[in-house]
Amino acid sequence: MIRKVSPHITQNEPLLFEVSSPGKRAYQLPALDVPAVDPAGVLGAANVRDEIPGFPEVSEVELVRHFSRLSTWNYSIDLGMYPLGSCTMKYNPRINERVAGFEGLAWAHPYQPEALSQGAMEIMARLEAALAEITGMDAVTLQPAAGAHGELTGILLVRAALTARGNPRKRILVPDSAHGTNPATSAMAGYVVESIKSNERGVIDLDVLSRAVTEDVAALMVTNPNTLGVFEENIARAAAILHEKGALMYMDGANMNALVGVARPGDFGVDVMHLNLHKTFSTPHGGGGPGSGPVAVKKEIEPFLPVPRLRAEAGQWRFDFARPQSIGRVRAFYGNFGVMVRALAYILAYGGDGLAKATMDAVLNANYVRARLEAHYDLPHDAPTLHECVFSDSRQAARGVKTGDIAKRLIDYGFHPYTVSFPLIVHGAMMIEPTESESKRELDLFIDALISIAAEVEENPEQVLTAPHSTRIGRVDEVAAARKPVLRWHP
Amino acid sequence: MRYLPKSDAERREMLNVCGVQRMEDLFASIPSELRLGRSLNLPPGLSEYEIAGYFKDRAADAAVGYACFLGAGSYLHYRPVMVDTIVSRGEFLTSYTPYQAEISQGTLTSIFEFQTMLCQLTGMDAANASMYDGSTSVPEAAMMASRITGRSHVVVSRAMHPEYRQVLATYAANQKLAIEEFGYDPETGASAPEDLARKLDSSTAAVIVQSPNFFGVVEDLNQYAELAHSKGALLIHIFTEAVSLGLLQPCAGTDIAAGELQSFAISPSFGGPYAGVIATRERYVRQLPGRLAGETKDSRGNRAYCLTLATREQHIRREKATSNICTNQALVALMATVFMAVYGKQGLRELAGQNLAKAHYLAGRVKRRFSGPFFNEFVVRTGARPPEEVNQALLDRKIIGGLPLGRFYPELGNSMLVCATEMSRREDMDILAEALAQ
Repeated sequence: MIRKVSPHITQNEPLLFEVSSPGKRAYQLPALDVPAVDPAGVLGAANVRDEIPGFPEVSEVELVRHFSRLSTWNYSIDLGMYPLGSCTMKYNPRINERVAGFEGLAWAHPYQPEALSQGAMEIMARLEAALAEITGMDAVTLQPAAGAHGELTGILLVRAALTARGNPRKRILVPDSAHGTNPATSAMAGYVVESIKSNERGVIDLDVLSRAVTEDVAALMVTNPNTLGVFEENIARAAAILHEKGALMYMDGANMNALVGVARPGDFGVDVMHLNLHKTFSTPHGGGGPGSGPVAVKKEIEPFLPVPRLRAEAGQWRFDFARPQSIGRVRAFYGNFGVMVRALAYILAYGGDGLAKATMDAVLNANYVRARLEAHYDLPHDAPTLHECVFSDSRQAARGVKTGDIAKRLIDYGFHPYTVSFPLIVHGAMMIEPTESESKRELDLFIDALISIAAEVEENPEQVLTAPHSTRIGRVDEVAAARKPVLRWHP
Repeated sequence: MRYLPKSDAERREMLNVCGVQRMEDLFASIPSELRLGRSLNLPPGLSEYEIAGYFKDRAADAAVGYACFLGAGSYLHYRPVMVDTIVSRGEFLTSYTPYQAEISQGTLTSIFEFQTMLCQLTGMDAANASMYDGSTSVPEAAMMASRITGRSHVVVSRAMHPEYRQVLATYAANQKLAIEEFGYDPETGASAPEDLARKLDSSTAAVIVQSPNFFGVVEDLNQYAELAHSKGALLIHIFTEAVSLGLLQPCAGTDIAAGELQSFAISPSFGGPYAGVIATRERYVRQLPGRLAGETKDSRGNRAYCLTLATREQHIRREKATSNICTNQALVALMATVFMAVYGKQGLRELAGQNLAKAHYLAGRVKRRFSGPFFNEFVVRTGARPPEEVNQALLDRKIIGGLPLGRFYPELGNSMLVCATEMSRREDMDILAEALAQ
């Protein structure tokens, strides 16, 4: 029984290029108040193009309809739950959008005088201070543009700090449960990646870690809670093992939504970490970005942070570029400022105690999903979970139905799929993170959908194997797309 | 709290189902000595009204009501209302990365349109779905060229945006990429091909040239392409002012075009979020970093789109990926998509023409530092007075002048970089010109 959705009519819509016709327009420029200039005259005829072949020509009303019709083909947080594990798809408060659009912020030029940028700089400073308090770290840079960019910044900081101690070292340890960005980042920062095996409970094995940590190891990149949603209970001892050998502990803050207001990485031995403002701090995903990946560090590492740094001087905010030990810039200007505005608005709305309440609701939601689904799906790791839980498709796979099929069938029930086939340490993983934004009613609908699908797998697996059935298009052939890539429209 | 959708009664009911008494019990797996044990030291939560008030005050402590002649990688172009109308739709704003193609066709189709328009603009065969910004697309393009050529020496023009060069240096430090700079012609302000020729050799992976360059000068990319290709290196064309693409002929010898799309209706927003992009020739597609949308069919034979060539990416290839990039700038790229559609074939050219006209009007009234052809930015001599002093006086007239260049180019200490766009009014340009003439 599908309760959440009913089929409804959607509009078909060709590509922009297919609705174009010569002479149509959606713009009007004001009359020039200066003399026109002949482009060929001032730029040289060879430098001036004739026209942009194939570029669209569409009217205003057709454009509104074009993009509105396209938009109705998307699922979104505004339509319902996104149970994507490790993605923290929470509600995006609309006041945050409103304030980020205020003229004095949205139209601030990055090179305008500091004296005329005090409001923007105070927002950045206040966000830095709030994130330092939340993480228990000593200093924060807001420059990285996304989580992976924060990771790169963080590992470059590790390298700089170790170089200052005398040896940058060669290897980074990454648990086998980690996100793909962790090894990719380590490689980009010039390190050799060494994967370390989790124990049977899915957490770091201290014996394995002790053996792996040598004078060659620069850092361990740990996600805590890990990608199973399990808190690394030995995290403080892991930090001690690393520190004893002169290595550092890097924390991927992707799962920080489980900890805000409850525990702080700075208090359990983390030296460098990044946050994802587009996860934990509610800034919208926008179909894949923009994000923001601030990096928080302990005191020893502060001198190496990217330039510029904010500094208060005689009651005014200044940008400090004189930082001789800095790793340099990781991005032009100061980072994704508009995203920072939204994140600060989120923090202000909750306040300190409110943020902790959100964490508790997020963990309650995940545990509720787990408790209600345990009888219907295999739970390969039974350690207590925090903000997310990971099932496996092993029972359903026996009937030929895989995690990806169950995920596609969820679409027919009106839900976005969970994270499929990750983490890699769980075969046929179904990774579910509800976040605090889901009501009991939405959660129950979701859980009932998965229970119903489990029954379908027993009674009529074909129904699941060929899903989705109710979408405007059927299952998409991704293999064909990759075999012969068509990456642009041609007439 | 208004963002939390549960009553306490529901919470109790759910705790029961979980088999625990209190919320705190759910956190038993965190050793008690590692728990915070106090409230976060942050003020109590605010109402929507108070939040709006706080940011309104901050937004007032800003440069509102000034005419601004700054460019240098962030340009003040008009933002058509259509852009906000579309990107504030929750279906675009609050959707996730379109991995689940069946319920993400809106985003995927718009990315396909974005990629197509970027190809049309740059003359390339494929463009990715966005990078963080222009500056980070530079090292990504350099690493791409290094993978393609199997070489590790990169020569970059000193007339590229100084902050872009700094970002390249940060990334390159541990990539075994050797970065070497070549100079610019002190007369024309264009990059100096003779200097490039001296620094190029058979170990060079890429030549990186920005056009219009940081000084606003339109570069003759063909000669850099010839020089690069003569040594088996690639030419990477970097752009910071995308509106110029509406007027300037793409260079047939460019191998990788990369840059910043902020000019396409993306508000300056104190430096971000913006959207970068990398476009290239078909033969290099598999070395592109970042997401790509491709056309395919669904199980019923309909045209459909999905993310493709994922074997380049970190979630599949891990440490062997072309880049670690995951989250990109999708919504910002959508702004650029809507912008390009609004202006279209005629409009983008007309807009570029207006920028050209405004900048040339202003340039005709001041002392230009360089003689090379320019689009909407140029360097002005401020004579005996430091540019900071000129700018300070202009502030009283509600004008923000150009960017003093001494900070980046010590040899250009008496110069500022000035930008005029379609938003620049003649009367403000006259005031600026008058101040610069004094």
